Amino acid sequence: MAKTYNAGVKEYRETYWMPDYEPKDSDFLACFKVTPQPGVPREEIAAAVAAESSTGTWTTVWTDLLTDLDYYKGRAYRIEDVPGDDSCFYAFIAYPIDLFEEGSVVSVMTSLVGNVFGFKALRACRLEDIRFPLAYVMTCGGPPHGIQVERDKMDKYGRPMLGCTIKPKLGLSAKNYGRAVYECLRGGLDFTKDDENVTSQPFMRWRDRFLFCQDAIEKAQAETGERKGHYLNCTAGTPEEMYERAEFAKEIGTPIIMHDYLTGGFTANTGLANYCRKNGLLLHIHRAMHGVIDRNPHHGIHFRVLTKALRLSGGDHLHSGTVVGKLEGDREATLGWIDIMRDSFIPEDRSRGIMFDQDFGAMPGVMPVASGGIHVWHMPALVTIFGDDSVLQFGGGTLGHPWGNAAGAAANRVALEACVQARNEGREVEKEGKDILTNAAKSSPELKIAMETWKEIKFEFDTVDKLDVKHK
Amino acid sequence: MSIQDYPSRLSDPQSRKAETFSYLPKMTDDQIKAQVEYIISKGWNPAIEHTEPENAFSYYWYMWKLPMFGETDADAVLTEVNNCIAANPNNHVRLIGYDNFAQSQGANMLIKRGDM
Repeated sequence: MAKTYNAGVKEYRETYWMPDYEPKDSDFLACFKVTPQPGVPREEIAAAVAAESSTGTWTTVWTDLLTDLDYYKGRAYRIEDVPGDDSCFYAFIAYPIDLFEEGSVVSVMTSLVGNVFGFKALRACRLEDIRFPLAYVMTCGGPPHGIQVERDKMDKYGRPMLGCTIKPKLGLSAKNYGRAVYECLRGGLDFTKDDENVTSQPFMRWRDRFLFCQDAIEKAQAETGERKGHYLNCTAGTPEEMYERAEFAKEIGTPIIMHDYLTGGFTANTGLANYCRKNGLLLHIHRAMHGVIDRNPHHGIHFRVLTKALRLSGGDHLHSGTVVGKLEGDREATLGWIDIMRDSFIPEDRSRGIMFDQDFGAMPGVMPVASGGIHVWHMPALVTIFGDDSVLQFGGGTLGHPWGNAAGAAANRVALEACVQARNEGREVEKEGKDILTNAAKSSPELKIAMETWKEIKFEFDTVDKLDVKHK
Repeated sequence: MSIQDYPSRLSDPQSRKAETFSYLPKMTDDQIKAQVEYIISKGWNPAIEHTEPENAFSYYWYMWKLPMFGETDADAVLTEVNNCIAANPNNHVRLIGYDNFAQSQGANMLIKRGDM
């Protein structure tokens, strides 16, 4: 029977709170950590989040009756306590797949983290996880190449790859910058990286940087007999400028370029990923601005969601944090989003903060990049935590070597290979790390000096964003 | 220690590396065997490749026979490694572990540097 139109305000829970709803395989599922204003019932808040992130508005409108709103609405289907925190709760919401445009991470994010985050009935709100249905995953382009193709193109197997961000990040001329790249690569690194701040400033325009870096790559390849790359940052003020840089990078035959996906935006990122897939360029993704979005435990978007969004939008590398270096990152949570980058199927695992099973089907994996405040002494832990499918980036840990970049690079390469060899021999690398490195240093004066230089530096502050567990 | 020069030269063939483990000293027989056992323990298929050092940059080295599908005896693999070295004394030799599930090489390591 047709409904009648009654103008006015209805309680959200009458329409959007459906505790008996069985989510479908094709539904999007989202878990929000909600901190309500005092006095508002949880069901009403959860229903309000479902409404404001899908079909609802604050009042009934007559045009509601021209469609099947009961089909298109988001459904709040479960509420859970947050372990160890009474100020908030988890709201689980299911959305029908039709609400989102195919292949558009932008469409998904606009709905799920749109107006609802400014909603007055919430003191704070955090999107903890999204389950993207496989049917939707298959509409997205994903990584331009993925882990396996990158290994084949770069001809690197059976170990993590090594990188380094060139410093100082601002102020070098293009030719001096290329010198720093060359020294790192000839010493044994696989990649060097533009710092994210480097785009095309007056002191170093992008075209000059691209050409000098490419010369550095080619000389280092000829000298070492190994394949090398430098992530040439194509992030720019406009899409047109971004594509112009990417096209030039392709023309000079460089293997990999770079983009900042949060400041650049998902539209730009997805477009650049498509360009890279079409033109055989690997794509390194930096995540400037993520700390603004993901660090507050009560408000924002968890990095595991930003990770899923990037894998769908497209990128071959993504910064993951190091666990052991200078930047924030809880070990179990980090292991969770590393799995989200690399694996085909990631099961729900509350001990890592993963709220849903996630199936990526045949979509290629993203290589996690550990970068920030790491040096040779961290190598045993990094090899253990990250395994082979990763890029370990030592910036200061390469450039700060007392004998220069090439020696710093060689020290890192020797340390890495020694740890991999020991791991393959069945040794407990993290526990026996000192022994393994000390032994390797006997045949590498570069490593010996590096170990003496960085012996004392540790980064042991407690993390701000911890997983939700009881008895904090 | 005072500052040392990094001894790498375009003009010196000894400066050429060959990927994983080429920055470590020459492996002993026991060390090679441990790596073979690692490949077998992972369920990967061992394979041997070799090349003249001056052609090492190429993606494709010469296969030494076919990959040893299903081989689980490390000594049998080592025998083939030694056969390959004996037949190609001046070549680089590398040991591969084909991971057919990842459709990639789980391991690919230089185990003998060719004489140059």
